Amino acid sequence: MIGRKKLVIEEAWCKGCGICAAFCPKNVLEIRKEKVTVKDEEECVFCGLCELRCPDYAIYLVNMEE
Amino acid sequence: MAKTVLMQGNEAAVEGALAAGMRFFAGYPITPSTEIAEACALRLPQEGGKFIQMEDELASIAAVLGASAAGMKAMTATSGPGFSLMQENIGYGAMAEIPCVIIDVQRAGPSTGLPTSPSQGDYMQAKWGTHGDHPVIALSPATVLECYTLIVRAFNLAEKYRTPVIFLMDEIVGHMREGIELPDPNRLIINHRKMSFHDGANKQCYYVPEGKYVPAMKPFGQGERYNITGLAHDESGFPVNSSEIAGKLITRLLDKVEKNVDDITRVEEYAMDDAETAVVCFGGTTRAVMDAVLAARADGKKVGMFRPITVWPFPEKQLLARLPQLKRILMVEHNHGQMLLEVQRTVGGTLPVDFLGRVDGTVISPSDILAKLNETEGQSHAE
Amino acid sequence: MPSDLVHLYMRIDHLPQIWCPGCGNGVIMHDVAVAIDELIHDEENSINREDIVIVSGIGCSSRAAGYLDFNSIHTTHGRAIAFASGIKMANPKLHVIVLTGDGDCSAIGGNHLIHAARRNLGLTVICFNNDIYGMTGGQYSPTTPNGDRATTAPYGNVDRPFDIANLATGAGASFSARGDVYHARETIDIIKQAIRHKGFSLVDVYSICPTYYGRKNKKGDAVEMLNWQKENLIPTARYYSMSEEDRVGKKIIGILSFNDYPEYTEEYAKIIASCRKARKK
Repeated sequence: MIGRKKLVIEEAWCKGCGICAAFCPKNVLEIRKEKVTVKDEEECVFCGLCELRCPDYAIYLVNMEE
Repeated sequence: MAKTVLMQGNEAAVEGALAAGMRFFAGYPITPSTEIAEACALRLPQEGGKFIQMEDELASIAAVLGASAAGMKAMTATSGPGFSLMQENIGYGAMAEIPCVIIDVQRAGPSTGLPTSPSQGDYMQAKWGTHGDHPVIALSPATVLECYTLIVRAFNLAEKYRTPVIFLMDEIVGHMREGIELPDPNRLIINHRKMSFHDGANKQCYYVPEGKYVPAMKPFGQGERYNITGLAHDESGFPVNSSEIAGKLITRLLDKVEKNVDDITRVEEYAMDDAETAVVCFGGTTRAVMDAVLAARADGKKVGMFRPITVWPFPEKQLLARLPQLKRILMVEHNHGQMLLEVQRTVGGTLPVDFLGRVDGTVISPSDILAKLNETEGQSHAE
Repeated sequence: MPSDLVHLYMRIDHLPQIWCPGCGNGVIMHDVAVAIDELIHDEENSINREDIVIVSGIGCSSRAAGYLDFNSIHTTHGRAIAFASGIKMANPKLHVIVLTGDGDCSAIGGNHLIHAARRNLGLTVICFNNDIYGMTGGQYSPTTPNGDRATTAPYGNVDRPFDIANLATGAGASFSARGDVYHARETIDIIKQAIRHKGFSLVDVYSICPTYYGRKNKKGDAVEMLNWQKENLIPTARYYSMSEEDRVGKKIIGILSFNDYPEYTEEYAKIIASCRKARKK
């Protein structure tokens, strides 16, 4: 496991555009019923690209340390 | 004794504005207001203030509103064509409650018109130029000295009521040179807007306590974060789609002026005590009217002068107070009959209201006014 | 619960934002927030949050001013740069950031853009450039490519488009750059440098409008439009190493022009100082 981070989804804010899933380098995410879901958390490298490219701030990483 | 200086109305307005604390000017050259920009360019840096010549009048008024939002007393100056271009953002200033002073040195229009010729054709525009219902305060000076003293009042009203104030000059007053004694700046009364938020309601920037009309806001950069918008907004400064909140806001904006009309309106009356005829005039027309009144008085006629100094809101209360003694009114202005409409509205058909106007760019003379007085006298006898 | 960054720099009560699904504007607004956050936390040379003023005009882009939790002013259509000029002149220590759109800053506000650039007044202008008027429903803008469709160009756009970054350079901007939605990290770094830059800085950020521009012009959905950016927008270092042949159809992103021409308010401060000195004598 890389770092102590966690992927968080704010489903109510997701508009289902699919940008996060399409550009996830590890293919961790998918869109189901117009909302983003985590398909394979094991594969996530916590690169944060989904957070950077989400227009709606519906997906992001949190530090688990504290 | 104060020193007498020879000064043009345009220059006196700048000196008065500086005395009032104006420290930012943005403008664009236009006849017959250009001397104001020139004097600001020269004088502002001497007082630690800032001058910028913008690319057009749209930019000038926008920069003035921006500077005021950042805490500076700011003004611009223009003439008819530029005043037309500024209208949208004058409404923004009224809606967002950003104080500033806009000088319009009127010239003959419409369009490019007669750039160097006198006119008072922007009177109605000063009130109705921008779209929507909005508060308007407009003051009109009649002498070079008054360009100085009255613009101090223009800034005071802008700051007090947090609204743009139109300083409605004209080519006659702007370009007239007179020897004047400038008042001691230390003896002037200067208002500044309240620079902190009203207490209560979590210090919302547009919060106004019950019974008050004007919000108190810190300028940008002084430690409070808030939003300003031209959209209908609530007390927090954010846009709303509520007709109730929007209606309340617009009503309060209008009430700022309407409920304080006694504080805002000023008139000058000359020889009115026993007058049966009132000659109504404002701004640069006043000198000729004064001469005509003196001549009519020498002739034994009971003529007086009634001059709105605050031209918007129109001082209807003061005029109504004179109606019982009057037999007729003569409105004299350099346009096709604009303040005339306000006088007629106020009089409401109870008195004959005659009109002398001019739209050819020439000046109305005392003899023109006397002739009109004699002519209207004949008419009223005939009735 | 949104991220800490969104919590810290956006007005949560007003989110989620009103932009359409897949609209690039949300990403650009996030880029701005990240850039400001990194500048505030820059250990060597941090900027003060209270010194930041966000100015916007009218249009989709201009809604950003209301979402970002700083001093913010949502002005009239086209006039954001002119309002910003007054704010900066009044208080030069402020970081005045204009968030605008292609129509707002290069059509109705084009005159203010070129003159602020010419003066080198220390503003940062970030243009959310989506090639269309979105808020009014998809009319062509000054950056809509020739031949493309819009509701007001039903037979194809006859106009030639502006390149806003080059327009600013031509007008004298001392910092001109281009970013985009796909290259978010690169764009954040560009925005940081633009805010740090003393003189006038412009960042032309290619947004995407899948709803109007994309649909009218068969550009696909947000993902397809971002794929186009990924393939065709090339960061400076790589672009300069490419052959002429390979550059065909590609566009460069990064800092396009840069110089240290004196900043306007600093030059004006010298005039004030000299006037005051002359008076004391």
